[in-house]
Amino acid sequence: MHFTVTTRDGVAHTVEGREGTSLMQNIRNAGIEELQAICGGSISCATCHVYIDALPGGAELPPASRDEGDLLDASDYFEDNSRLSCQLIFGPQLDRVRVTIAPED
Amino acid sequence: MTSAHSTIEHFDCLVVGGGHAGAETVIALRQAGFEGGIGLLGDEPVPPYERPALSKDYLAGKQDFERLLLRPSEFWTKHGVTLRLGRRGEAVDPEARTVTCDDHTTIGYGVLVWAAGGRPRALTCPGNDLDGVRTLRNKADCDRLIAVLPRSHHLAVIGGGYIGLEAAAVLRELGKEVTIIETLDRVLARVAAEPVSRFFEAEHRSRGVDLRLGTGVTEILGREGAVSGVRLTDDTVIRADQVIVGIGIEPAIQPLLRAGAEVASGGTGVLVDDLCRTTLADVYCVGDCAVMRSGPGVRIESRQNASEQARTAGKAISGHPQPLRLVPWFWSHQYDLRLQTIGLSLGHDQTVLRSDPGGRGFSLFYLKNGAVIALDCINATRDYVQGRKLVEAGAHIDPALLSDVRTPLKEIAAATA
Ligand SMILES: Cc1cc2nc3c(=O)[nH]c(=O)nc-3n(C[C@H](O)[C@H](O)[C@H](O)COP(=O)(O)OP(=O)(O)OC[C@H]3O[C@@H](n4cnc5c(N)ncnc54)[C@H](O)[C@@H]3O)c2cc1C
Ligand code: FES
Repeated sequence: MHFTVTTRDGVAHTVEGREGTSLMQNIRNAGIEELQAICGGSISCATCHVYIDALPGGAELPPASRDEGDLLDASDYFEDNSRLSCQLIFGPQLDRVRVTIAPED
Repeated sequence: MTSAHSTIEHFDCLVVGGGHAGAETVIALRQAGFEGGIGLLGDEPVPPYERPALSKDYLAGKQDFERLLLRPSEFWTKHGVTLRLGRRGEAVDPEARTVTCDDHTTIGYGVLVWAAGGRPRALTCPGNDLDGVRTLRNKADCDRLIAVLPRSHHLAVIGGGYIGLEAAAVLRELGKEVTIIETLDRVLARVAAEPVSRFFEAEHRSRGVDLRLGTGVTEILGREGAVSGVRLTDDTVIRADQVIVGIGIEPAIQPLLRAGAEVASGGTGVLVDDLCRTTLADVYCVGDCAVMRSGPGVRIESRQNASEQARTAGKAISGHPQPLRLVPWFWSHQYDLRLQTIGLSLGHDQTVLRSDPGGRGFSLFYLKNGAVIALDCINATRDYVQGRKLVEAGAHIDPALLSDVRTPLKEIAAATA
């Protein structure tokens, strides 16, 4: 399984997705260093903000928790498709998802 | 042929300390295009991992170690980083540009980055060496504690700082009897104002923690070499089969100190400029053991500081210096409570409470001469995100407005921008 990450310079990268590991970790592990992810996935920093551009096969993402929502919608770069990549665990439903890394707040 | 004197390895950049600051320095170096050889020397036997989880999900058994690794093991080799784990750097020779290790090997460097963090401060009272007196700084500490939990029912936590409180929360949720002992008259006294302390005290008490404030420890009591209790200054004896000591750290800076690096008064850390350079040529210092000259004169012990200083050093070493202006932030999790804090409350002369009576949490502003210098938010993520601009700007805002929960902080920030 794999997915596509567009970095801040507009370049799209295809990344191998490891099941059970968050999108944030998968992106970092691929050597893409644009996510600081300072809180290590504990919904406290929003430095792992991405946009979900396209989800294949009409799959649906698990809804954001209230804390995730609060962190995101206060960002200057909040969009309707904003998510914290540390909260999305990679698996079949995210296979071939396309995401873009949000600008740094 | 190797002898104790021969330099067996040389790295263009040697990083001592495989924690957050060390790992992020290496990552930042490669990001910034540094092409030389990099060595990462760490005394823990494992690659760099998320330390904050040790008093949270990892202790609770909710997260396995693999997931805590900052990068998968193969990442380092792939990026041309030589990990030298389970080995401690003991002496620095700034003239010869070498580091001598505890196994008597010597490693040469072009540039040295000292990122050794700190060691937990130890108890000094009688009984401090009994089996069961422990600290919580690294994976090994945490694994040893986890291993004894099934047969431990009474745990005493000495020190009401973040780590002690977080550990206490996890242990309560695991059904243990927990006592927290704090010498000062409130928890978090060094980092937060009274309303925040009182809130956390009430939460811990309501969950069954026995909280003893304004009490010291005179002795750890034992039976057959193992902990059986704690004697307090008022002579009360608390039953305990494990004692977790969380009373702060001592910076791991001896080798740099002996090498002649200038340190902050009292030896609280290695002094660095805003590029994280020490007073020794080509020697940088980052993370928990560094004190920035331009800052408040104290160590900032946080994941964010480690990360920002590491990025600063990495860029400077690669020839892209960018001076650091840090606005510190920090988080803590206890039970279902999330604390997020931004700025340093040190030296504040006024606090302003912002509390929604029907809400789950509240925020506390810290002001100095009328300017917002820090903000603590408890279950108030929105205030944290929106309020950080006020802290960053050192904004002067009417306290009545700050405390008015009907006015979102976003609006206040926009009006002052
Ligand atoms: C239990 C716990 C919970 C925490 N929770 C939070 C939190 O919620 N939020 C937050 O922001 N921060 C938290 N922190 C603080 C944060 O983890 C530290 O600020 C951060 O790890 C500092 O990074 P560092 O690299 O400077 O030090 P460390 O991460 O401690 O790394 C230093 C490394 O160097 C090694 N070392 C030491 N001396 C030598 C030597 N001479 N030679 C070789 N290796 C050496 C050490 O063993 C260690 O592996 C927590 C810390 C702990 C212990
Ligand atoms: S890593 Fe901090 S919120 Fe995702």
